[in-house]
Amino acid sequence: MLILTCPYCGATAEETELQAGGEAHLKRFGPGSSDEEFHDYLFVRENPKGVHFERWRHTNGCGKWFHAARCTTSLEVFGTYPAQTTEPPQDIQDKISKKRPGWSWREFSCASAKDAS
Amino acid sequence: MLSACERSAHMSTRLAKQGRLIDRSKQIVFTFNGKSMLGHPGDTLASALLANDQMLVGRSFKYHRPRGLVASGAEEPNALVGLGSGTRYEPNQRATTTELFEGLAAQSQNHWPSLEFDIGIVNSKLFSRFLTAGFYYKMFMHPKPFWKHVYEPFIRQSAGLGKAPDKELVDADTYEHFYFFADVVIVGGGVAGLQAAKTAAATGAKVLLMEQNAHWGGRAPVDGGTIDGMEAEAWVTKTLDELRAMENVTLRDRMMGAGVYDHGYLLGYERLSDHMPGKPGPRHRLWRIRTKQIITATGAIERPLSFAGNDVPGVMLAASMRDYVVNWGVTPGKRVVIATNNDDAYRTALILKDAGVEVACVVDARRLGGGALAKQVRDAGIRVEDGRAIAKVAEGKRVTKVAICLQNGDGQSIEEIEADAVAMSGGWSPVVHLWSHCGGKLTWDDTQAHFRPDPNRAPLSHDGLPFVSTAGSASGPMGLGAVLSDAAEAGAKAAEAAGLPAQAPVAAVAEDVEETQMEPVWLMPANADIQHRMKSWLDYQNDVKVSDVQLAAREGFESVEHTKRYTTLGMATDQGKLSNINGLAILADSLGSEIPQVGTTTFRPPYHPISMGAIGGEARGEIFQPLRKTPMYAWNDKNGADWEPVGHWRRPFAYIRNGETQHDAVNREVKNTRENLGLLDASTLGKLIVKGPDAGKFLDLMYTNMMSNLKVGKCRYGLMCSENGFLMDDGVVARIDDDTWLCHTTTGGADRIHAHMEEWLQTEWWDMKVFVANVTEQYAQIAVVGPNARKVLEKLGGMDVSKEALPFMEWRDGEIGGFKARAYRISFSGELSYEIAVSASEGQAFWDALMAAGAEFGVMPYGTECLHILRAEKGFIMIGDETDGTVIPQDLGLHWALSKKKEDYIGKRAHSRSHMADPERWQLVGLETVDGSVLPDGAYAVGQGINANGQKNTIGRVTSTYFSASLNRGIAMGLVKHGRKRMGEVISFPGTDGKTYEAKIVDPVVYDKEGAKQDV
Repeated sequence: MLILTCPYCGATAEETELQAGGEAHLKRFGPGSSDEEFHDYLFVRENPKGVHFERWRHTNGCGKWFHAARCTTSLEVFGTYPAQTTEPPQDIQDKISKKRPGWSWREFSCASAKDAS
Repeated sequence: MLSACERSAHMSTRLAKQGRLIDRSKQIVFTFNGKSMLGHPGDTLASALLANDQMLVGRSFKYHRPRGLVASGAEEPNALVGLGSGTRYEPNQRATTTELFEGLAAQSQNHWPSLEFDIGIVNSKLFSRFLTAGFYYKMFMHPKPFWKHVYEPFIRQSAGLGKAPDKELVDADTYEHFYFFADVVIVGGGVAGLQAAKTAAATGAKVLLMEQNAHWGGRAPVDGGTIDGMEAEAWVTKTLDELRAMENVTLRDRMMGAGVYDHGYLLGYERLSDHMPGKPGPRHRLWRIRTKQIITATGAIERPLSFAGNDVPGVMLAASMRDYVVNWGVTPGKRVVIATNNDDAYRTALILKDAGVEVACVVDARRLGGGALAKQVRDAGIRVEDGRAIAKVAEGKRVTKVAICLQNGDGQSIEEIEADAVAMSGGWSPVVHLWSHCGGKLTWDDTQAHFRPDPNRAPLSHDGLPFVSTAGSASGPMGLGAVLSDAAEAGAKAAEAAGLPAQAPVAAVAEDVEETQMEPVWLMPANADIQHRMKSWLDYQNDVKVSDVQLAAREGFESVEHTKRYTTLGMATDQGKLSNINGLAILADSLGSEIPQVGTTTFRPPYHPISMGAIGGEARGEIFQPLRKTPMYAWNDKNGADWEPVGHWRRPFAYIRNGETQHDAVNREVKNTRENLGLLDASTLGKLIVKGPDAGKFLDLMYTNMMSNLKVGKCRYGLMCSENGFLMDDGVVARIDDDTWLCHTTTGGADRIHAHMEEWLQTEWWDMKVFVANVTEQYAQIAVVGPNARKVLEKLGGMDVSKEALPFMEWRDGEIGGFKARAYRISFSGELSYEIAVSASEGQAFWDALMAAGAEFGVMPYGTECLHILRAEKGFIMIGDETDGTVIPQDLGLHWALSKKKEDYIGKRAHSRSHMADPERWQLVGLETVDGSVLPDGAYAVGQGINANGQKNTIGRVTSTYFSASLNRGIAMGLVKHGRKRMGEVISFPGTDGKTYEAKIVDPVVYDKEGAKQDV
């Protein structure tokens, strides 16, 4: 039973007020994309043990979608922010890097792990 | 050695002294298996049973062995009873946590035909060799006939704990949920919990303190000692009074901390009237608590010792035995043998002796024996034997003889002692469940041989800081003085962590008796042979023995989680409260590993079973799920509506008249709508307003076909796909004005499609200027259908509804019969049809006006089944029938609705994936049975050959099937491999009724193929 603060209405919302929407910051691939790009966009998701970015909707509240940065193991919430962005705000990135030394944006991603290999 | 003639009868009985919780001046009558018994107010069912010499309380799960009380509290594994009767019957209630009340009626469980004589025990002798570790897994591999004729009847006979309540009866009690917010919640009202609450409350923090039992103080009043110069019990009373006087403190007894969850969420389970059934108000209350800090002051649980016959009735935990003596003035026997590996059990010896119970011998497994308490026991004249063990307790319905041996031996008996009860103590394990529920880690403590909470790895809250701490014995068992100072510190720290000003903790003072260190004894004697190990129980409730865990290890089960499931150790309703550590130790030893390396299984909520009623709370009956009702609901109900659930709505399936069957009513409605005039309550259809400068652009992305070029005043049927291409909704879209569209969705789809649109608008195309509003419930919508549809509207008068003024697939605003209305010329039936929306508040009046004016045109209301048949005759698809989340528009021949002009829409990219474009996909066709019968719904068509499982290959399935009153035969649609190329071919559908249905592949449209009737 998480508590997340809705960045729109400011409510400290119980999980029962919210609806989980999976991984945040997915890039949409539409017509013209390759089969692999489209496949990854549809089906491949991060499943990190640690820092994760998620989509949530304040369904039983203001109805707005927002993003949450949190740790999947410790349940620590680093911050919530509006969904109208392609990457987490700098202050939240800084906060995570400070708490999880060595962490930086998108280094966790399996896409980059694939690139590295 | 004493001889048998020195004692007349073995029995458990009420003592003349002790019994601090009972009121001896009053008596309570209760029954056990129909037999009338007497107890006192303050008794638990367990203590009252002991007072009545009812040592045998149940039969074990697998072997149906006789079982008695082992413990005095929530950890009791054996004494589960069925309580009450009729609408108040509940199985698996623990006798130890059931307070006695007048008229209580308990039934023992798991035996047949009677508790005293049980057939299962005979079975167990025949079958015990099959019931070893992993018996289910091993048996499932046997040949089928063996399973069916030998195992299954036996398993069915013996499986299951207790009897489920009669499914026809409704629980007579009520339950509720309760929300609470606190700074600090303390679970456990022993001296540690009281001390922690006192210290936390002194800071001004809002404190909730809960105790699972009806009495405060935990073990301290039984175990003795002085706190701040007074008797422990007096200190408990004084501290409670102080806490009760504080406004910032809430105290609740009979309330258990059931589970700790993320971010300071805690479930409390309060039992309000279990001790007085029928008391007004809810029976149980589930507290849904949000707190900044949680302190678990949950104490510790004593561990059994694993010796042969440790499950014979009369063998009991040592501390529980003194609970029975001190709290309720009962003893399980007159002559007791005590076996221990620690000093604490000597307290039981002293208390028994003081109460007049003979202690035959204290068997201390430690070679050098105990410390100061042991000396006191010896000084009291009680025989103490060091380095000794119990080799075996003689089998039977109660303890009669105890064989003693060397702890370091293989079980060779040195002497036999006659006794009628055995007290055992294998050391203490802190109750770590609540600590562990939300990720608190444990550390192995070598000196106490237990896992205790590791304060450096506490559960973390949203801020990354710990939100659970422990106090007293829950931190790791310790003496009274240490318990109090640990608790005071926990209370102060928690308050500070909750944001209250820091205060130095002031702990009550108590002297600790020095104790000699315990020594772990996981098997008694250490080298017990197989005959002994096969009778040494670890898990009483699931009947798991030392030999089972050893067998699992030999068979390669190294993970503790796997061993748990393979042997079922710790999987019963007590969740291994007594058995876990002993089982782990045996596993570690068998694997040649250390206990901390083997680790523990996962602790999950609830700590102790809670009632289903409490989980449901008030959500039952009418408010279990609120119904959505259209403005015409009451009229429909009065006029024969046979209700069908559609999402949260209720819609009339058909309007049944006197003397009609449901089938008759549907056929009448179909014929009448085709020939005269039908009215459908279509108010449940979703209605979404999509408005804004970018609304057209947005809808072009939402729908597969073009919506931006729809002209004002016109309607268009649209399809919606998910991003992976599957058809998810359909409906008619009307353009209201330049920047406003009204989108109809399916009845079940309104909320879902609204959310779908919002999601894309907010998270992908947030630069678009569009608003979406769900106006479904603002309108009552009535479909006026049939050849007489125009006549009835013209009779009501108002707007021009002629073909010229309002052509097919257009809409107009205006007035009809004085009602402000919006009329859509759309048809889901193939007939001349108007769907007319009026304000919801005028829906019933408008319906009444249509019924009155329609009388001369043969008006009749029709329900959803008629709607389905009319659309199926026209080959119109229905979301949920022709689609199931794996169907794409191309499968249904809806290529025409997929725009080729648009660069993008949701689902477009997916449709070019290889599997979506596969010509082998099943295609929608009509199916016409050769003999005119109705195809079974969902039937599969079979083709040539068989698959890998030896089943016939399937080549299609029925998606919609009805009897058509218009055609007087069955009609159906289905998805068939290469269907569109196979027109005229006859394929076979084997039914589950043993018949095979032959059907010809035909065009799905079987009524008015040209569409002439709807466009008049």
